[in-house]
Amino acid sequence: MLRSLRLVAAKDLRIEYRSRVATNQVLPFALLVLVLFAFALDPDSGTLQRATPGLFWLAVLFALVFTVQRSFALETADGARDLLRLSALEPAGIFLGKAAALMAELLLLELGLGVGIVLLYDVPTRAGGLALVVATVLAATCGLATVGTLYGGLAAGLRVRDTLLPLLLLPVVAPVLIGANRAFEAALGIGGRATSEGWPWVGLLTVFALVYTALGLVVFGPLLEES
Amino acid sequence: MTTGGATAADTEAAPPTASGATGVAPSPVGRHSATGTKATRVIGVLALIGVPLLLLLGLVTSPEDVEMGDSVRIMYVHVPSAWLAYLAFAVTALGSVCYLWPRTRSLAWDRFAGASAEIGVLFTGLALATGMLWGRPTWGVYWTWDARLTTTALLFLLFLGYLAIRRLPAAPEVRAKRAAIAGLIAFVDVPIVHLSVEWWRSLHQGATVARRDLNAELDGTMLFTLFLGLIVFTLIYVWLLLHRSRQLWLEDQQLDTSLDAAIAERRRESGLPPAAAPSTTGAAT
Amino acid sequence: MNYAQYVLPAYGVVFGAMAAFTAVLLLRGRRLGRNVADEDKPWT
Repeated sequence: MLRSLRLVAAKDLRIEYRSRVATNQVLPFALLVLVLFAFALDPDSGTLQRATPGLFWLAVLFALVFTVQRSFALETADGARDLLRLSALEPAGIFLGKAAALMAELLLLELGLGVGIVLLYDVPTRAGGLALVVATVLAATCGLATVGTLYGGLAAGLRVRDTLLPLLLLPVVAPVLIGANRAFEAALGIGGRATSEGWPWVGLLTVFALVYTALGLVVFGPLLEES
Repeated sequence: MTTGGATAADTEAAPPTASGATGVAPSPVGRHSATGTKATRVIGVLALIGVPLLLLLGLVTSPEDVEMGDSVRIMYVHVPSAWLAYLAFAVTALGSVCYLWPRTRSLAWDRFAGASAEIGVLFTGLALATGMLWGRPTWGVYWTWDARLTTTALLFLLFLGYLAIRRLPAAPEVRAKRAAIAGLIAFVDVPIVHLSVEWWRSLHQGATVARRDLNAELDGTMLFTLFLGLIVFTLIYVWLLLHRSRQLWLEDQQLDTSLDAAIAERRRESGLPPAAAPSTTGAAT
Repeated sequence: MNYAQYVLPAYGVVFGAMAAFTAVLLLRGRRLGRNVADEDKPWT
């Protein structure tokens, strides 16, 4: 299974590296969202600073939808999906591989977004909060990647895929949005929160990630079979 | 809401021409409603008795609340609606699991899941609407992001996504598997959503104005009315579930026969002799 | 009844929606059931 994982992840990442969709299109889009938020919320009133975690994670969610669609558009084109099924790769490995690649792409996007918010939103950075921020990002992104891979697989190849995917994906990842936000708020000290308040939320995010990883391992096989 | 007893109007009309062309025997369906059975008739009658009783108790007989006044009466329909929303979701989840599990795989489970989701959307919407109508006199606003309402709103959205997947055209087995997986993904999320929303909103609870909520210290009549509401709504749910899931079976059958009917029509129009071999599978799962 | 403008619409929406759902259900069921013989149905 590890071999399948590595193969599929490497394939997806190699395609991404060569086509650079994430870096050339999705990241600029995410940064654009940050700018638009600044237009929508007056930067002078302090709303933007208080809302920074929320806006960050919203931008991540929007980018997630695009990246997932991309990840599965790759498979649908040229009947690659059937080839994937016919190959000897185990479905669980394929799932983990695609999720891992998706996670890597998302982490890259979040790095870019992080730089963006530090620059654009004048965010107070606290040394003590760094560990919390890293833990939150890892746990949340893992959850997003696994759910995204699951739904992407479900919706892949369907004609109404583009409009269906956000409707399916976003309600399910609502807990990630809630949890990651609260953790970030604690890390950045927004609302007078202490950093220690954020760690329970990291726990929640980890549970989310574990649950959907487990579900994906079980369900991805049947999911690939039908078409 | 009668399930259709024997009325003169129901008895056989002349069979439509299409069925003659496809060779389907004229249906002796007339005397019964298409999806009714003895069970549904019993449940239906019980529900029909229960509804006026609930209305009477809810609107007239039960006392008004000390704090909330008459707005507590909305609780007698709000709480059962919310309960049913969750029950319907649980049934959809159960149907999804049972369909995916090889030993219990049967399209019947898929139909239960689908029917339950449709009814669930209805009750979730009602829970939200009644919640808002209760919230306005109680809190002064239609919506506060309190844990229960927020989770119900997310449940509504999850249902909608699930139903959107079911609507995609596909063979019954393909649609069933796809929907079952989608149902599982959504179902597994519900406890996490509930937990995260509860945690989140409890952070704010202390700061806001003291929330007047439905406590367990209810007057005897009020408690009885609430339970009556739960029972009546559950009966209605079961009745709707049975009818709708049977209808889904009928719809799947129609998919088989309607194609044959259309082909036969085209042949008739162009003057060709009817197709020799019948092609309906006609088999339920 | 105080708050009648909230209580009565609430009850109206709830039972009205259920009645409408039921009506549509029964009508559609009748139309669907017309073409299938009783014996074929798995629940009878």
